[in-house]
Amino acid sequence: MAKRYAMAMDTRLCVGCTACVLACKTENNVPDGYTRDWVEEVVSGTFPTLQLELRSNRCQHCDNAPCVSACPTGASYIGPGGVVLVNADKCTGCKACIASCPYNARFVHPKGHVDKCTFCTHRTAKGKQPACVTVCPTSALVFGDRNDPDSSISQLLRSRRYKRANVEAGTKPNMFFLI
Amino acid sequence: MLAVEIFTTRQNPAIDPSLAIWNWEIPVYLFLGGLVAGLLVVGALMELYWPERWERRLSRASAGLGIALLSLGMVALFLDLANKIHVYRFYLAFRPTSPMSWGAWILLVAYPAMALWLLASLDAEWLDEALRKRFPWPRLGARFASWLGRGQGFVERHRRRVLYVTASVGVGLGIYTGVLLQTLVARPLWNSALLGPLFLASGVSAGAAFLLLIAKSDAAKAMLLRWDIAALSIELVLLGLFLVDRMSGAQSERAAVSLLTSGPYTGAFFGLVLLLGILVPLWLERRELSGAAHSRFMVPALVLLGGIALRTILVAAGQTSITGLF
Repeated sequence: MAKRYAMAMDTRLCVGCTACVLACKTENNVPDGYTRDWVEEVVSGTFPTLQLELRSNRCQHCDNAPCVSACPTGASYIGPGGVVLVNADKCTGCKACIASCPYNARFVHPKGHVDKCTFCTHRTAKGKQPACVTVCPTSALVFGDRNDPDSSISQLLRSRRYKRANVEAGTKPNMFFLI
Repeated sequence: MLAVEIFTTRQNPAIDPSLAIWNWEIPVYLFLGGLVAGLLVVGALMELYWPERWERRLSRASAGLGIALLSLGMVALFLDLANKIHVYRFYLAFRPTSPMSWGAWILLVAYPAMALWLLASLDAEWLDEALRKRFPWPRLGARFASWLGRGQGFVERHRRRVLYVTASVGVGLGIYTGVLLQTLVARPLWNSALLGPLFLASGVSAGAAFLLLIAKSDAAKAMLLRWDIAALSIELVLLGLFLVDRMSGAQSERAAVSLLTSGPYTGAFFGLVLLLGILVPLWLERRELSGAAHSRFMVPALVLLGGIALRTILVAAGQTSITGLF
């Protein structure tokens, strides 16, 4: 069966240290002032009974990616392992993909093309893990093949409850937030 | 009260705190595209069905101005591209799921349609004389004159077909500018199928109003006033339905429409789009049809203002709307 890469993010383990953000910027040479992944802090409840959730977030590499449908030139495409990628050579910078993304995960690179998280395909192609996963000090990030029942991510998704972002947009996202 | 506060370390330019990727260029293009769609629909249908109340020079103006204004719109579109050097990429692919791709190809069909229509509307003798006598290189001018003469003969034989194609291209162009926004699933203010017909109605009203500035005969003016009244009335109904459609939608759609009904865009939306752009011109046009005289620039200026305001407000407000907060 073809690989289907996905990421699980354990909200119970994340401490919001932003090591994933820095690792990504270094690994992928993301320009100053831009970021492909980020950390969200969600505070909810009524004082004094508040609850804090921390999560590391990025492109959701959707099965039904609206950015790919919206792209007029085929620059946004689904690559190996179901990873959503941008071919900078085809990108006109029309920004339709940015407007169509419910996660605001894309941005215009200073060079003019649209840029985003690639699940570090250049690393995963060599059997390595994405940069953000390797540096996480609490092992809150788990990357793997969802189509392989023995992979750590498949086992986690079988054993833990999880939620996904903006499922009402019908995008079938592949970032799973373990709760 | 249960409160939720979200902090994020993401600060991408033009993405955070809310989307601002499309500035003046896109509303200007959507407006000019709609205006040209209106010129094509009104001009071609008038020439087809009411030629006795039409002026040949109005067809000429519709086709000629259509080419000029659409080109201006494409310049605006080009200016918006962040990677301008790759603009040719639009024409190396056709992506059926992308309205922007449809639009790129519709624009390519619109030009030949408008060019053929312009050729059909030009006076054959004037064209021949101008090319043979006034063209700086007489031999080349004579050759052009003979080519265009043959072209005119062809267009004359297929006049009705050319007009049908032109009107259809106008409808496609007008609707696509709305569908373009509609299909961007992440922006709940735009996800309404009413946006296409709304933009078409607004484009037709702008086209008719624009031609009012040029029309000379009373018969043509009266027809254009009727066109504009019909288009503005339909636009008014569609705008109302659009608001109801969003207000009765999911939570994110209700939050999105509140940007227009009780948010930062409310004054501009009701003042510029509804009052000055639709209601006042409708009232003035009714009066004008029953014989009252007033400035001939007033109605066209208001309708065009309403058209650009509608697109500017929808593009700006729509970007800040988002499907759910996670």
